[in-house]
Amino acid sequence: MSVQGPQQVLELAKVSRTFGEGATAVAALRDVDLTIDAGEFVAVMGPSGSGKSSLLALAGGLDRPTSGGVFVESTPLAGLGLNDLARLRRRAVGYVFQDFNLVPTLTAAENVALPLELDGTAWKRARRRALDALRQVGIPELADRFMDQMSGGQQQRVAIARAVVGQRRLILADEPTGALDSTTGQGVMEVLRARADAGAAVMLVTHEARHAAWADRVVFLRDGRIVDQAAAMHDPAMLLAQAGL
Amino acid sequence: MSIRHSLLALLQDQPRYGYQLRVEFENRTGATWPLNIGQVYTTLDRLERDGLVTKEGDDGDGHVVYSITGAGKAEVKNWFAAPVERNNPPRNELAIKLALAVTLPGVDVQAIIQAQRAASMRALQDYTKARRDTTASQRSADTAWLLVLDSLIFQTEAEVRWLDLCEARMVQQAQSAGPGQARKTSNGVTEDAAPLNADSRR
Repeated sequence: MSVQGPQQVLELAKVSRTFGEGATAVAALRDVDLTIDAGEFVAVMGPSGSGKSSLLALAGGLDRPTSGGVFVESTPLAGLGLNDLARLRRRAVGYVFQDFNLVPTLTAAENVALPLELDGTAWKRARRRALDALRQVGIPELADRFMDQMSGGQQQRVAIARAVVGQRRLILADEPTGALDSTTGQGVMEVLRARADAGAAVMLVTHEARHAAWADRVVFLRDGRIVDQAAAMHDPAMLLAQAGL
Repeated sequence: MSIRHSLLALLQDQPRYGYQLRVEFENRTGATWPLNIGQVYTTLDRLERDGLVTKEGDDGDGHVVYSITGAGKAEVKNWFAAPVERNNPPRNELAIKLALAVTLPGVDVQAIIQAQRAASMRALQDYTKARRDTTASQRSADTAWLLVLDSLIFQTEAEVRWLDLCEARMVQQAQSAGPGQARKTSNGVTEDAAPLNADSRR
C-alpha cells in the first residue's frame, strides 16, 4: 500500500513498462517513481524514445504498467476495470494533445461539455460548466464557434478547457505546443501555468526547454529512467550573480 | 561588457556625477550587472584623459559632475552602430570543458552534460518566472529589464539545445564505434544507446 499525502494527485510507484517479449523486448520505462501534488506543474523532458509519452499514457490510465503502481487521487488504477477506468479518466484526468483532438462538427462549448455529458451530466449543467472552463482559459466569447472558425492557439485553449472541465485536477499535456507558433505556444503555457496556480496538477511532456521552464519541476528521462530533476530556485538575483553577470 | 560606453551613453542623456551614473545604469538594466563605484570613477578618469568627457565642476553638494564632449558623442554613436564583438566567457568555458572531456579517458561526459543541463534548466525556470512576474506587474519602467530577461532566456535555451545536440552526437558516435571502442564515453552512454533507436518517438 502506498503512503500518500493529502495533496498528492498523481503517484507513479516503481513503474516499469516493457513492450514486446524475449530478445526483442524494449523497456520503455524502468522503475520510475514520480509524484505530482495539487498546484504543481511538472515538465518531463528527454530525447526521442526516452519514455516520455509512455509515462503520460500510464499516468492517465491509457496504458497499464508491466509492474509497479499508478495512483490518481489515491485510487490505484490497477484495481479498476475498464469501465471504472474510463469513468475515472472522464472525471479526474484531462488530456491535451499536440493535434488538439477536438470534434470539428461541435462548437467550442460542446467539445468542452462532451466528457461531462458522456458521464451523465445534464446538458444545461454541462454547458454551464463548459462556459466556466472556457472563461478559465480566457476565451468565453468563442463558446459557440466551430473549430474551423478558430486559430490553432484558440483550438488548443478549447482543448485545455476540455481537460479541466468539471472537477478534474490532473492535466496531462503531450507536446501541446507542437503545432503552434512560438507566441501562441507561450500563450498555451500561460494557460497551463494558470491552471496549476489554481490548484490543478499538471504534467507536461515536451522537448522544448523554453516551455519546460514554465514548470515548477523538470524531470529528465533517459532510456526509461528518471536521471535528474531540476526545481526552480525562484531567486533570479542570486542566479544572475552566479551567472557572473 | 563596455562600462566605458555605457557611462558615455548615460552622460549623453545629461551631465551626471559618479554615484548617479551607477544608479542610473542599474535602473536601466534591471540591476543585472551591478557596478562597483570604484570602477565608475576609474572609468570616468580614463574618459576624461581621452577627451571624451569633461569635469563641469561641483554641484554644490561636493559631487563632481561630468559632461560629454563632441568626441564622446561620436564615440557613443559608433558604439551603437557597431555590432557587439562575440565573446562570451561562461559559454566558452563550457565548450572548452566538454571539448576536453570528450578527449580524455575515464571522464563521464554524459554526466557532465546532464549536470549542466539541469543547472541551465533551473536558470531558465527562474528567468521565466521573473519574466512572468515582471509582465504581471505591467510597469512601463520594466521594459528594459524585460529585454535583458528575454536575452538571458534565449541564451540559456540555446545552451540547453546545444547540450542536447552534444549528447545526441555522443550517442551516435558510441553506436557507430561499437561497445569495444567506446572508451571515451561513459558506460552509461554505450549501454543505453540501443533503445534510443529501438523505440521511436510516439
